[in-house]
Amino acid sequence: MNARTSRLVLAIGAPVLALAAAFVITSLVLAIAGDPIGGVWGQILSLPTDRGYINIVNSATVYYLSAVAVAIGFRMNLFNIGVDGQYRVASFAAAVVAGEGWLPGYANTALAMLAAVLVGAMWAGIAGLLRVTRGVSEVISTIMLNAIATALVAYLLRKVAVDDPGSNITATKTVPEGSRVPGIHAFGEEATIYGLVFLAVAVGFMYWFVINKTRFGFDLRATGQSETAAVASGINVKKMIVVSMLLSGAAAGLVGLPLLFGNDYAYGSTFQSGLGFAGIAIALLGRNHPIGIALGALLFAFLDQQANPLEILLDVSPQIIKITQGVIVLTVVIAYEVVRRYGVRLEQRRVASALEEGVTA
Amino acid sequence: MSLATDAVTGAPAAPHKKLSVGWIYLGIAGVIILISLLRIITGANDLDSSGTLRATLVAAIPIGLAGLGGLWSERAGIVNIGLEGMMILGTFGAGYFGYFYGPWQGVIGAIALGALGGLLHAVATVTFGVDHIVSGVAINIIALGAVQYLAQLAFTGVPGGGQTQSPTIDDLPTISISAIADPLGDLEAKHWFVVSDVASVLRALTSNLSILTILCLLLFFVTYWVLWRTRFGLRLRSCGESPAAAESLGINVIRYKFMAVLISGGLAGLAGGFLALVASSTYRDGQTGGRGYIGLAAMIFGNWRPGGLLVGSGLFGYTDTLRLRGGGETIHGLLLLVAAGLVVMAVWQVRKAGKRGAFITAAVGVVVGLWYFLSDSIPEDLTGMTPYVTTLLVLALFSQRLRMPAADGKPYRKGSSG
Repeated sequence: MNARTSRLVLAIGAPVLALAAAFVITSLVLAIAGDPIGGVWGQILSLPTDRGYINIVNSATVYYLSAVAVAIGFRMNLFNIGVDGQYRVASFAAAVVAGEGWLPGYANTALAMLAAVLVGAMWAGIAGLLRVTRGVSEVISTIMLNAIATALVAYLLRKVAVDDPGSNITATKTVPEGSRVPGIHAFGEEATIYGLVFLAVAVGFMYWFVINKTRFGFDLRATGQSETAAVASGINVKKMIVVSMLLSGAAAGLVGLPLLFGNDYAYGSTFQSGLGFAGIAIALLGRNHPIGIALGALLFAFLDQQANPLEILLDVSPQIIKITQGVIVLTVVIAYEVVRRYGVRLEQRRVASALEEGVTA
Repeated sequence: MSLATDAVTGAPAAPHKKLSVGWIYLGIAGVIILISLLRIITGANDLDSSGTLRATLVAAIPIGLAGLGGLWSERAGIVNIGLEGMMILGTFGAGYFGYFYGPWQGVIGAIALGALGGLLHAVATVTFGVDHIVSGVAINIIALGAVQYLAQLAFTGVPGGGQTQSPTIDDLPTISISAIADPLGDLEAKHWFVVSDVASVLRALTSNLSILTILCLLLFFVTYWVLWRTRFGLRLRSCGESPAAAESLGINVIRYKFMAVLISGGLAGLAGGFLALVASSTYRDGQTGGRGYIGLAAMIFGNWRPGGLLVGSGLFGYTDTLRLRGGGETIHGLLLLVAAGLVVMAVWQVRKAGKRGAFITAAVGVVVGLWYFLSDSIPEDLTGMTPYVTTLLVLALFSQRLRMPAADGKPYRKGSSG
């Protein structure tokens, strides 16, 4: 095996190892609980229905945006746990702006998106500023800001909510028909793929481009890998911290938009929450790489979708899949570390034998 | 990805001043007099009624126990944001063992399941060197899924139970000393200055107290004693300050870290169990409601020390209680206190820290004061954010005075000291 292929095998080896471990651990839990192992995996690993494919792409879209937001911070060694709160305030702001409909048609949509990006960035920016001015860890401040966002949005929602006597869900005004983003039909199904799936693709491309092809991206990666080296080469680390928090928050602001413009058309008490934490898991799974994150998002969406019918088919709680997902996050990190250590050892051995040959020759 | 305070100034923390017992008594007396004054001025009698205080105790203990869990693991250098997940495991442990076997077994079950979460965290962070935050996030995901999965398995079809909640669990025994509590009740009802306030404090401590509450309170003192007064504690803390130095003195760092994280998980599990057994008497899905994170906040508020943690969790429990009980109007009364406190602090800052900081503090104080005089209630949704805003403010204002264990959150590999 030459160096190139062995590197490739090592790179693929870690996720495969992690998935295998997650498979084994989930099976163990099922066995202890006395649920049918074969039946559960038979359902999860079967081919999705046409409708299922559409659902998978849709939830992967949202997961992807959330994971990219987290990944931007990760590249800079910043732990943005606050994506959850950021997309909550941002989605709420976007829903209010879109619901008011100050501008006609898609101009309204664009304005609402702008609002989401700005509000998301602002909410993350608080954590960034606290970090550079007062030395408060972004981990703690974003956890606190998540909780504050929940309370704040609940309060504001009550203020702006429209009364719908037919339901007990409090929600903002619905987005006017002309400002909604039409879905894409596939497989002749009635359900559609979110039109904003292209937003996710665009964000993924921009993420790749900015991180890998610009001066700013270089500075960001350099600061993430060695702060002292960054300082030595004249990078203003404080500025980088604030800017990357702002960018991370801006991306987080987009997370709720596919739901808002393609499914819910309003922000209400039932708006999907918890996407930020899934984003952390997916960013780790995908090694902060735009393609890797996409694969991770699809995997998580696939598992969610396939686990859903377990309740009806086998009387098994679909929550079992959360165990699998959580274990994947842990094992993938462990596997990368194990594989890295193994790779280093392999490299050392190769160098040693090459040197030996050089001596004997 | 270090936690809490990346010292911006790089200045060493101020030397720790020892609080003598006399000062602590004086402090407690001061708080009682202050609250009493506030009660008389604002007329909000529920501010320190014995009902409020008892509810505060019940609300503060889960927060404090979670914080103790954080304290144990962070003192050994392992950041634990999986506390929330371990608490969730604890609520289920209490629900399952409490219902099927009895309340004391529920307590054991809660501790055991929490410790299981701790074991997972220890294996990931100590054995495999996984980033502490990553492991914590993963544990929170796994715990939530596992508990929802197991609860459906355990409680569907059981009378009074369901997918998301257990049937009622038997109560743990409670203690009342009615010979003292009853006359104190009469005294409290008079609403006299200071006298009634002291009476209500004593009454809250002498009536209807669950034994588990007392045991949990003792854990704070036990923690202090073990970590700061025994050889074991010194060694454990040395693993959090400088594992390399500890290793060079022959301490088995890995073993101490493992023990610390296991105890941490057990305490967080007990916190969850307390919610299911004492604060209510069922296991319910979503029962923890982010208290693991509040516990973490209380620990930071308390500067990684048990005494400070106790004050922090009391404060957070108190605001939580006021929200639930009369809500807005009582908390509204507290605004005046906060405003006054900020103004006093501003005066102190002029002397010590310079004009700019003092000006900001005074401005905030005036705004809060105006808020008090221009409104007569605080919306219920907003009062829920009190602990979080307090923590952010404390971190923002005093982060230079907080000192976390020096090697907290840093990966450690055996023999890495060279």
